Amino acid sequence: MSTLNSKIPQGPLSEKWTRYKAEQKLVNPANKRKLDVIVVGTGLAGASAAASLGALGFNVKIFCISDSPRRAHSIAAQGGVNAAKNYQNDGDSVGRLFYDTIKGGDYRAREANVHRLAEVANSIIDQCVAQGVPFARDYGGLLDNRSFGGAQVSRTFYAKGQTGQQLLLGAYSALSKEIKAGTVKMYERREMVELVMKDDRARGIITRNLSTGELERHSAHAVVIATGGYGNVYFLSTNAMNCNGSAAVQCYRKGAFFANPCYVQIHPTCIPVHGDKQSKLTLMSESLRNDGRIWVPKNIDDSVAIREGRMKPTDIKEEDRDYYLERRYPAFGNLVPRDIASRAAKERCDAGYGVGTGQAVYLDFKTAIERLGAEKVEARYGNLFQMYEKIVDENPYETPMMIYPAVHYTMGGLWVDYELQTTIPGLFAAGEANFSDHGANRLGASALMQGLADGYFVLPYTVQNYLSDQIHTPRLSVDSPEFMEAEKSVKERMEKILSIKGTKTVDTLQRDLGHIMWEKVGMGRQREGLLEAIPLLAKLKNEFWSNVRVTGDLCSMNPELEKALRLADHIELAELMARDGLQREESCGGHFRLEHQTEEGEAKRDDENFMFVGAWEYKGEMAEPALHKEVLNYEFIHVQQRNYK
Amino acid sequence: MNLTLKIWRQDNAKSKGRFQTYKVTEISPETSFLEMLDILNEGLVDKVEHPVCFDNDCREGICGMCGLYINGRPHGCDDGVTTCQLHMRKFKDGDVITIEPWRARPFPIIRDLVVDRSAFDKIIQEGGYVSVTTGGVPDGNAIPIPKKQADQAMDSASCIGCGACVASCKNASAMLFVGAKVSQLALLPQGKPEAALRVQAMVAKMDALGFGNCTNTYACEAECPKEIKRSNIARMNREFLCAKTCSEE
Ligand SMILES: Cc1cc2nc3c(=O)[nH]c(=O)nc-3n(C[C@H](O)[C@H](O)[C@H](O)COP(=O)(O)OP(=O)(O)OC[C@H]3O[C@@H](n4cnc5c(N)ncnc54)[C@H](O)[C@@H]3O)c2cc1C
Ligand code: FES
Repeated sequence: MSTLNSKIPQGPLSEKWTRYKAEQKLVNPANKRKLDVIVVGTGLAGASAAASLGALGFNVKIFCISDSPRRAHSIAAQGGVNAAKNYQNDGDSVGRLFYDTIKGGDYRAREANVHRLAEVANSIIDQCVAQGVPFARDYGGLLDNRSFGGAQVSRTFYAKGQTGQQLLLGAYSALSKEIKAGTVKMYERREMVELVMKDDRARGIITRNLSTGELERHSAHAVVIATGGYGNVYFLSTNAMNCNGSAAVQCYRKGAFFANPCYVQIHPTCIPVHGDKQSKLTLMSESLRNDGRIWVPKNIDDSVAIREGRMKPTDIKEEDRDYYLERRYPAFGNLVPRDIASRAAKERCDAGYGVGTGQAVYLDFKTAIERLGAEKVEARYGNLFQMYEKIVDENPYETPMMIYPAVHYTMGGLWVDYELQTTIPGLFAAGEANFSDHGANRLGASALMQGLADGYFVLPYTVQNYLSDQIHTPRLSVDSPEFMEAEKSVKERMEKILSIKGTKTVDTLQRDLGHIMWEKVGMGRQREGLLEAIPLLAKLKNEFWSNVRVTGDLCSMNPELEKALRLADHIELAELMARDGLQREESCGGHFRLEHQTEEGEAKRDDENFMFVGAWEYKGEMAEPALHKEVLNYEFIHVQQRNYK
Repeated sequence: MNLTLKIWRQDNAKSKGRFQTYKVTEISPETSFLEMLDILNEGLVDKVEHPVCFDNDCREGICGMCGLYINGRPHGCDDGVTTCQLHMRKFKDGDVITIEPWRARPFPIIRDLVVDRSAFDKIIQEGGYVSVTTGGVPDGNAIPIPKKQADQAMDSASCIGCGACVASCKNASAMLFVGAKVSQLALLPQGKPEAALRVQAMVAKMDALGFGNCTNTYACEAECPKEIKRSNIARMNREFLCAKTCSEE
């Protein structure tokens, strides 16, 4: 396809990145100061990119949606971060991390990108240790590891159950250092609301100051989007409240292709939904599956008795428990990848074996407590157990936890080439906001790895390569027609929303959207449901633009308006997700089409027809988007049916 | 349950604030405190009134964004939790709940229950980091760190920067917050080279920003949702004294 050039360097897989770095163009220090880079989002990807680009000498501006970069969504990651250090001497290597990631992604990721990710992963650990990240250590004082789903080695580095927090605070400290040095300027409580282009290049953004409501114009030579994923399209997810895909949609409307929107990860171990006023779902880290065993009763009558409160889980004898993951997947057991564990839970609950409300299974630590002692279990998972108890009001040391799958992560995102550049020159995307490394399913502890790889070790090279051509491009005035026009159009959009004064609150419409998506574009998808989703979403869009009620005004703090703007974009994105799910007539990773499964109920890929990245191009409000295909060539990996048995 | 809420409303930093009374009904005990406020706000939007502004993001006690002063206690009546982790099962039918923002001069109010805590970032920018840039660092296992020390550093590093320590202190002191960061880095070999400079710079900034002194009441420790220990303050004082004596020598 002529429009999609992934710019993969020549040469053997393991030499591509080295070769790229050797051939990449540099910018001299005096010129760096004259080049401005905007980074949007202060999660792991954004903070690490801004700190690294600032340290190189570029003039960086970073935009943070909350009051401090230390609060970005990455902070919530619990389990850990992968790297192929092979400190455990259990046979790990860059090649194996690469292979596991490609296989975990169900052979829908680009080989060259994933190999680079595996190569730089080790440097992430070194970098974080040097920053003072207090990773867990063993008694000899060396770094400790745990296992995560989809891997047979122990390669996950962690800091209690707060790995994301510690990594983000590390990146935040690096950022703080650069802010002090004056190379990075921080704009807090700002939300990007529009991308500004000139001569078909990204040249700046419009932001809304969330404290005052003011619209502001910021110009640059390159823009990095690091705004995270779009799981909140489903309303209920494990994502933080401020997570949203709006910035990516803004870029999509300006011409950046959106890749694989239908690849959504449903995490198997979340606290089940309790009521209709619930605002978000809480994840129980995947690391719990290292020691916890997942089960439901073997006899359906026991499940009914538990649901009706006549029996307790502890009443069910060992031989009457169905450890269904261990039964179905003896090789990986409770540590099968997320998509598989999630579907298996849904299958049991749909068949009537669920506990709690019927939409829950048990995660039991009885065996672990017997084997290791409660103290050791507490040392490993204490804060997670406490978190669970605060929410559910039950003690997981005594009674098994209840869990159920929930929307967690989005593998899809802005299409990027090897340089993490979108189809708009000068517009880069990093972290969860891009589509690049996880194919159709992400392995646990690989998102933190990818965010930091992009920010610390990839963008500093590739953005520089782009900017080397821009040293003669003068700064674009924020009073130029491009900026005025962009600001005017967002302002009109906001005024339009405020003027509707309808009867439906944003929350109500958001819940409606979540409902449509969970039912029709959720864990098990079907052609019929996907076809139904598209007109339902069109109707919702119409309802939004004719009947939403948003109080307050433009020029002051107004969270209702913020939510409404994001919702409008989420409805558009939802439609794209349904379309993408519809065109992909196969099952792979997080995209499970009920029509395409094996006799045992496993995902059935169609490599012949669907071994491509589906990248969507916006064609205007009234027109249907166009699908472009980036064919995936597996030169080095032998493609197989994924098997965890 | 049915509840009466007395909530601080203030349009912006300059305007005068006031308490306003609201009723919420049929709140279930599983609802979280912030979900209860969501329900209130949805009702206000229905009546075309301004919803109450309050900060929040992760809603699982880790980002430190939420922070409400509930019935006279930062983050409310439950121990070791943030506001977003507080559940309505801790209240009973008919309760009157007073909700205020953090009250401390270095944290000016932006709107309603939202305050500006950027003073914390300014303190960190003075030295709450190890001065390394990307790349060129030694292998992660090059320097073994005794497990106990690493665990202690982790405990200090658990601070979420919510500001409850400042809000609970009659002097609006930030010693627990600063002490936790100073301790984390002082405990680790990576933080040692700059330890003396760091503690002096951070303490100076903390004073300059108008945070008060510590008079050993330790309300901060009692109210910290992450149970950060007062020993962090002691370590900071030690580090500070050491740094001062060394620099005078
Ligand atoms: C509960 C939970 C646990 C997890 N645990 C793990 C784990 O153990 N290991 C692992 O590898 N991964 C884990 N993940 C996934 C991982 O945390 C994320 O994928 C990763 O942190 C994303 O980083 P990021 O920098 O790309 O984006 P984010 O951290 O999401 O940062 C993007 C930021 O940009 C903000 N933003 C959005 N739109 C705008 C805008 N228009 N303007 C300005 N700012 C904007 C967002 O609010 C957000 O703060 C977990 C995820 C969750 C939800
Ligand atoms: S909202 Fe993140 S700690 Fe409460």
